[in-house]
Amino acid sequence: MMEAVLAFWLQHAPLLSVLLPSFTAMGLLLLGDLGGMAEQGGGHDSARVRWRRRLSLASVVLGAVMAAGLVWRAAGGELLVYQLGEWSAPFGIVLVLDRLSALMVLLTYLVAAPVLWYATGGWDVRGRHFHAIFHFQLMGLSGAFLTGDLFNLFVFFEVLLIASYVLLLHGLGRERLRMGMHYVVLNLAGSGLFLIGLAMVYAVTGTLNMADLALRVAQLTGESALIARAAALVLLVVFGLKAGLVPLYFWLPGTYASASAPVAALFAIMTKVGVYSIIRTHWGIFGVEAGEASLAAQAWLLPLALTTSVLGAFGALAAHSMGRMVAYLTVSSVGTILAGVGLFTPETLSAALYYTLHSTIVIAGLFLLVELMAAQRGEAGDRLRPAAALREPVLLGMMMLFGAASAAGLPPLPGFLGKLMILQSASGLAAQAWVWGVVLTVGFFSMVGLARAGVIVFWHVQPDEGASVAESGASVKLLSAAWAFMAITVALALLASPVKRYTDAAAAQLADTAAYAEAVLGSQGGAGARTTRPYDGTRSTSPLQPAAAPAPAKVLP
Amino acid sequence: MSMEFLLATGIGFVTACGIYLMLRGRTFPVVLGLSLFGYAVNVFIFVMGRLWSNAQPILVGEGPVADPLPQALVLTAIVIGFATTGFVIELALRNRHESDSDHVDGREPAHAAGRSPAAEATHHGERQP
Repeated sequence: MMEAVLAFWLQHAPLLSVLLPSFTAMGLLLLGDLGGMAEQGGGHDSARVRWRRRLSLASVVLGAVMAAGLVWRAAGGELLVYQLGEWSAPFGIVLVLDRLSALMVLLTYLVAAPVLWYATGGWDVRGRHFHAIFHFQLMGLSGAFLTGDLFNLFVFFEVLLIASYVLLLHGLGRERLRMGMHYVVLNLAGSGLFLIGLAMVYAVTGTLNMADLALRVAQLTGESALIARAAALVLLVVFGLKAGLVPLYFWLPGTYASASAPVAALFAIMTKVGVYSIIRTHWGIFGVEAGEASLAAQAWLLPLALTTSVLGAFGALAAHSMGRMVAYLTVSSVGTILAGVGLFTPETLSAALYYTLHSTIVIAGLFLLVELMAAQRGEAGDRLRPAAALREPVLLGMMMLFGAASAAGLPPLPGFLGKLMILQSASGLAAQAWVWGVVLTVGFFSMVGLARAGVIVFWHVQPDEGASVAESGASVKLLSAAWAFMAITVALALLASPVKRYTDAAAAQLADTAAYAEAVLGSQGGAGARTTRPYDGTRSTSPLQPAAAPAPAKVLP
Repeated sequence: MSMEFLLATGIGFVTACGIYLMLRGRTFPVVLGLSLFGYAVNVFIFVMGRLWSNAQPILVGEGPVADPLPQALVLTAIVIGFATTGFVIELALRNRHESDSDHVDGREPAHAAGRSPAAEATHHGERQP
């Protein structure tokens, strides 16, 4: 029995990681969800709520195990290509499992499992269908990380975005609706741009399969190459909007600060989807070997990333609430990661991947911690102004110290290791002075900003007779979710050497586009495949058909 | 050439209108702008497989064949665009209901309402119950 299950998983591993959250979400929808409406069968303690939570948690745990299995399989270096419906690439859609995508799926589940555990502490019954939407979000994330097709990436982007619209509004309230409106409109406009970029790519190459694209783009010359470059930059704008790159990050702090704590923590992975897509397109497709269209983003990515990093740190300094401060730290960390990506060497990419792992985990933990602290500050909530003393200053203070030290990059925490790796890998490059200057300055300013927040929250206590002190401390259940993130952070520091070896290998694998093309398109003859793409109307198989240009069309076909 | 020119300028014009409407301050024009932009994008995808007349998108006998893939892709894009437009309309209505204003910022601009910005109570989200 176990062997049969294992064999099934071995055969369908990438697809199962997408299907599991999808089926869980559908099952949860069928179970129904009345949210917190206790009189109609909802509420905290009804049997249905407990069953929903059990199903949801079990699915996330299983998903995490499967994601760890994906990493285990990818670590060997084999590219696992899953052809949907056995249609061979580039005609069918493929899921491709390489080291990078396996790592990102595992990171998703490492964030999702503690966050879901935290949400079962009460947030999930403050609105309807939290668990179902949560799993749709996971489905979109896993799919986006695993797909090997650019249009399929768009579809999974839409899945995860639609889920994120609903999750953002979870709990409702005026501020959430206001920020939700901005978020939705911005992302819909971004989706339109995404489609324009895809259409331009397709028009010049005649394919949307990533491996095939890498080959076709490299063969482009002249005007076609210019269009491909333009398409690459349009896609950079789209993914930059998701990642929160300057000047497209202005939506991010307000949105993340207004979202409920578990949703904000889950959204820590959302910016990394943008980063991942930038790596996939600008390394895998428009990378070093892409002929005339190669490195289209190089002139833009590094300066923008460094600016993002600096502005994010300034935002964290100036933030008027803890939620906004952590959101600005997200922006800043994305800038640091993209600086590593934008240097376009495997060493810097590897360092950036390690830093991605760390910053996502730390930021998710900080979002949860902010809410735990805010819950004990009465009226003031998470606003940075003097307020009543916290009920548990030592416990929360130590957690805050840990999170802050890790986010700012103090030794011996992995934030320090990640930044050190980026600094080391950048040494000797032309942009070394800029990268070193920005990374060190940003670390300093983040530390000042976090210290300012800590001083106001823990020491600048204002005895307020009228205010009611929180009657109880934070529950162990909620705390344990934040502890889980701290434990993962410590594990990242302890296992830094194997993790770094893995990211090194992942970066090397990404740079090796020939092996990627061979794995995906091997059955079609790889780079030497006969092709008529981009399709211009000539049918080489039919000798009767003259290759004349078509007459001007009178009507659209 | 003429058809290509007409289509290109048409897409450009509709896109321009869509972007103009998206930059307006009220939710209704914004939703309209998003829809217009969506239409322009859909036509753009549709013509990325070149323009054809009298050509089927499937292989039948001889003669030119239109590229079928953009036609399939545009269907996906239309469906997704339709669903998201429905969502954003519902969100705009809910926003209007909650904040008594159809402005995208959830409150009337100070000059329109005849109030100074300072007099207006600042609304912060309730992160905490």
